[in-house]
Amino acid sequence: MNIIVVGLSHKTAAVEIREKVAFAPTQMEKPLHALVALPDITEAVIVSTCNRVEIYATTRDIAGGIARLKRFLSEYHNIPLETLEPHLYSYHGEAATRHVFRVASSLDSMVVGEPQILGQIKTSYGYAAEYKSSGIILNRFLHKAFSVAKRVRTETKIASSAVSVAFAAVELAKKIFGDLSDKTVMLIGAGEMCELAAKHFINTGVRGVMVTNRTFERAVKLAEEFDGKAVNYEDLFDHLHKADIILSSTGAPHFIIKPKDMEDVIRRRKMRPMFFIDIAVPRDIDPKVNDVENIYLYTVDDLNGVVATNLEQRSKEAEKAEAIVEQEIGQFFKWLSSLEVTPTIVALRGKFDEIRRAELAKTLASWKELPPDAEKKLEALTSAIMNKLLHQPTSVLKRTEEGNRNDLYIDALRNLFELETTRPAEEDLGELEE
Amino acid sequence: MNALLFYCTLGIYLVATAIYLIYLVKPRDILGRAAHWLISIGFIVHCAFTVNRFMESGHTPITNLHESLSFFSLAVIGVFIIFERKYRVFILGSFVTPLALLLLAISTTFPTAIMPLNPALKSRWLAVHTSMAFLGYATFAVSFGASVMYLIQSHFLKSRKLGAMFQRLPSLDTLDEISYRCLTFGFPLLTFAIISGAIWAETAWGTYWSWDPKETWSLITWFVYAALLHGRLTTGWRGRKAAILSILGFFIMLFTFLGVNLLLPGLHSYK
Repeated sequence: MNIIVVGLSHKTAAVEIREKVAFAPTQMEKPLHALVALPDITEAVIVSTCNRVEIYATTRDIAGGIARLKRFLSEYHNIPLETLEPHLYSYHGEAATRHVFRVASSLDSMVVGEPQILGQIKTSYGYAAEYKSSGIILNRFLHKAFSVAKRVRTETKIASSAVSVAFAAVELAKKIFGDLSDKTVMLIGAGEMCELAAKHFINTGVRGVMVTNRTFERAVKLAEEFDGKAVNYEDLFDHLHKADIILSSTGAPHFIIKPKDMEDVIRRRKMRPMFFIDIAVPRDIDPKVNDVENIYLYTVDDLNGVVATNLEQRSKEAEKAEAIVEQEIGQFFKWLSSLEVTPTIVALRGKFDEIRRAELAKTLASWKELPPDAEKKLEALTSAIMNKLLHQPTSVLKRTEEGNRNDLYIDALRNLFELETTRPAEEDLGELEE
Repeated sequence: MNALLFYCTLGIYLVATAIYLIYLVKPRDILGRAAHWLISIGFIVHCAFTVNRFMESGHTPITNLHESLSFFSLAVIGVFIIFERKYRVFILGSFVTPLALLLLAISTTFPTAIMPLNPALKSRWLAVHTSMAFLGYATFAVSFGASVMYLIQSHFLKSRKLGAMFQRLPSLDTLDEISYRCLTFGFPLLTFAIISGAIWAETAWGTYWSWDPKETWSLITWFVYAALLHGRLTTGWRGRKAAILSILGFFIMLFTFLGVNLLLPGLHSYK
């Protein structure tokens, strides 16, 4: 079984593309079920964050599986494959494992070391587990990814020195406002990233926080947490002029803030600058708002530039982290291949046993009179012959598990005997894991 | 002695400006500090030159274009040093010192010899009127520098070009504040220069206001800055708009100073 990854990220696609390909967290059931219903795809997990959309899947046929996943993304989101293809990357085997381990460890993040990504993958995995699209391989695979991320976090300083997007936002705000101590931050909507950014602003020291949310209770709860003020979502534009820094991350499908609204708002606050950070995907704020006098609009993408300078200092820690990832890839692959040998042997034995039984039954039926224990003896004899015949190849296969040739052997066996390997039952694998 | 002090000043300003410009692309703190100290020394030498000239000529040395440009340059550096210290932004020097250097360099193209004082200028008002005017001009020049920086920084932020230069420039609010603070000093100085000029005109020429080109253009300059300050206090002309107006005001002011003297004949055409 092969693990494949198809996706796009902040490195390959701009936010305009990413938001089109994003999957809504509330509607994960449909795409996940559609994925596992695809031929060749046995398990699937969708990771959809504002910086990346990726599908992790298992397949027998690497090239076919990858092509299918690409077509799936294109068809599901109604984007022509020609448009989407240049932004997509795909990995299989070791590269896929490396990719996912790096993503989980935040080594592939826009802001390396930022802590949100692990939680986001865990949530994505949660959906896959809930809708049963992930099976034994991806379960094990993602759990491994989580433990790698944990190791990276505890054994390197990458996370503690992590300059998150939130931090970048604070730095940028300082370039606009200089002193933040008399500035007010407003949160529109909620979300991990939004709250994290707000926390950074509060730690830096701002005058106040306003929170608004479609559900007012949520706003009140968050406002309490930040020692701020909750604002009715309907009254957003009556309060917006009081905010200097606005963090927006609603699930709204359309722009909620347009340039026309902002012309009025900025006039109401006597043209004092405003800093908008649009964290939502799809975006909350019309990009044209950036053209309004004294308003500066940044998306998560844009914040990248602010932190680029810090990357060098952290590259050392990143190297350490990469080493951990490499180590863990080896371990995971050992397990993955052990998973391969056993079902092959089981299938091989099954096939032989089937023939043996059929032939035995035929022979027994042709005899009119049998000595009392003939049936038992014949059964033992044929079984012994079969076991003896199979003993050699089985032990060779098991021995080569450590080496790199067993893929070849398994492939040969499967072709020679036309073995159909069905997905192993959970119990079998439970044993194998030990 | 006079010429020596003058060329010393010019030399020091030249080196300091060069360091400020290098500082713009190579942001080493040591460069900023070096430029700051150098420009401060230059300022002292420049002061010495001005005092020396005052002693030698026996009158306020702001009576012809050479002297005026030199005094203007001195005032720009003086105002700049105050603001640089207050806001701790060396990089302001990269935008203001070239201007002062340029003014001083241009002053060499005019006759430098000390001339007997024009009888029309023999008044106690000369010192007050001219120094107020040039101090006012100097604050406008620093405001201009800060406004140019504002526009650059605002452009970086809008277009999200967050390079090394962006990192060097101070925050928008700081630049806006510097530009505005300058105007709050410069505007009363200009007002006072115009009023003192009017009073002087009444004693010298017998009328407070004669629509001499200098008077007219000073009034225009005054209106531009008045509009800017008014707009800021009422409808909130700040940020980009204020920066553009401040830059515009500076060019009108330059014309009031140089253009009128050189192009429009009138009572103020001292060369």
